[in-house]
Amino acid sequence: MKVDWPRNDYSRVPFHLHHDPEVYELEMERIFRGPTWSYLCLEAELPKPHDFRTTWVGDTPVVVSRDKAGALHAFVNRCSHRGAMIVRELRGNAERLVCLYHRWCYSNAGELTGLPFRQGLRGEGGMPKDFDMKAVSPRRLRVQSLNGVVFGTFCEQTEPLEEYLGAFGTGMVKRFFHKPVKILGYSRQRIQGNWKLYAENLRDTYHASLLHEFFVTYGVDRATQKGGVKMDERHRHNMNHAYAASDSQEEALKAYADTAARLDRMRLRDTKLLQFKNEYADGMNLAAPTFFPNVLLIQINNSIGTRQIRPKGVDAHEVFQTLFCYEDDDEAMVRHRLLSANLVGPAGFVSMEDGEAIEVVQKASQSAKDSYAVIEMGGRGAVKDETHRVTESPIRGFWSYWAELMGVEAPGGIR
Amino acid sequence: MALDEDRLEDWVELFDEDCDYRVTTRENVEQGLPNVLMWCDNKNMLRDRVESYREVNEYNLHYDRHVIGPLRMLGDGSFEASYSLFQTDLEGNSRLFSVGRYRVEAVMKDGLPKLKTVLVVADTGTIPSLLATPI
Repeated sequence: MKVDWPRNDYSRVPFHLHHDPEVYELEMERIFRGPTWSYLCLEAELPKPHDFRTTWVGDTPVVVSRDKAGALHAFVNRCSHRGAMIVRELRGNAERLVCLYHRWCYSNAGELTGLPFRQGLRGEGGMPKDFDMKAVSPRRLRVQSLNGVVFGTFCEQTEPLEEYLGAFGTGMVKRFFHKPVKILGYSRQRIQGNWKLYAENLRDTYHASLLHEFFVTYGVDRATQKGGVKMDERHRHNMNHAYAASDSQEEALKAYADTAARLDRMRLRDTKLLQFKNEYADGMNLAAPTFFPNVLLIQINNSIGTRQIRPKGVDAHEVFQTLFCYEDDDEAMVRHRLLSANLVGPAGFVSMEDGEAIEVVQKASQSAKDSYAVIEMGGRGAVKDETHRVTESPIRGFWSYWAELMGVEAPGGIR
Repeated sequence: MALDEDRLEDWVELFDEDCDYRVTTRENVEQGLPNVLMWCDNKNMLRDRVESYREVNEYNLHYDRHVIGPLRMLGDGSFEASYSLFQTDLEGNSRLFSVGRYRVEAVMKDGLPKLKTVLVVADTGTIPSLLATPI
């Protein structure tokens, strides 16, 4: 595969990368099954020995499971025998995971431990005597958990998780998961667009207060607030963040005067949606650390969760959101978090637009395979952290790392 | 009917002031999880949602069509009905957007029936594109 990059700073990105099935297949292999850590699930979702649940790494179905001693394992959810999905439920608890087709049996660690009629019947049939169950067991992932957030990688060479996430990434996981969490539930959204359009969206702080007018109109998040973008050293992960009540109404009115935002006259009748009870030392009311390739942690006011990107073919992906609270939250706080969840998810006041924006890009760029997206807000050249959010340079960071993993870096490409 | 004709403000008027409207999914309900995709715990929150759709939010331009099955009366005075909701885009392409069930409680206010609680449990847990106009 070759990619024609007109510029070495990834400020032009070919649209065909969102439409080419060959690119998609390579991404599954070189990125999702390559030297990256993918988010799998939260430990709070499988608290007890023998608990299991299913998830996805790229297009690969994966089982995450806890063994008798409590250790976490992850393996490909595909029977070694004829390729059937071993676990069909979303979750459960079982000492043995049994494929329905020919009842091949797997341990919580994903080892093939038995199969019916192995010795044959009455001395007839059966598997060859030298059949090695271990040799054909499903492919396992290396698993690491950081403060209860479970990541997996298919690749032996992937650096240790904390190194991969970098100091800022590790710090953010520890911030969100500074005490035990409890699952509040799930939402799923299927967006008809390439998964990288969502990845770009998460690195695009420029759109946040423009597309999501609710943010600006009701003062949840405006580019005039103190905030910025942070990245790891390789610029593959990023974080859009903002500090509550750090701008003035006058400043915001002036900044958004030439947009459609109506921050001067609109008021919510019921403002409890906007209430923010600060619960972090850093005082941020919006934090969205995003980790290459498939997850972000999302805090908007007091709604907290994870969002996992599950690619579903070259032109679709699912956004799987897990909402949680802290174990020591009282009833009122849980209710507040659930009401705040009106802001996020497929019906979220400040997130519903992303689905639409991505779908219209996918639709219109289909016929523009020879042209390029323009990514220059915040400047060209080297990618770096900013203390403002009028930038989309983290998108260029994403593409630079994507190109490295895919083996298609621009000549003299920035990193 | 009001939703299908984009009379969202009229739809809000079907509710009592002290009402509760929630949309959740079967996946959450079956696991006993309280998560909601949309939750308005009084009529003002419904008014806010509708006003936000009219003035603030951007979403997919579409028509809705609800097909609602027969109402069943439950023992506790509430009602239940299945629904299918189709969406049609501006070029006339229709798709099944959501199937699920309603659980509804109504009260009489000044001689008129008003919706007290509406719980939508969507079997279609994977929301196609996005969920803006209420189910």
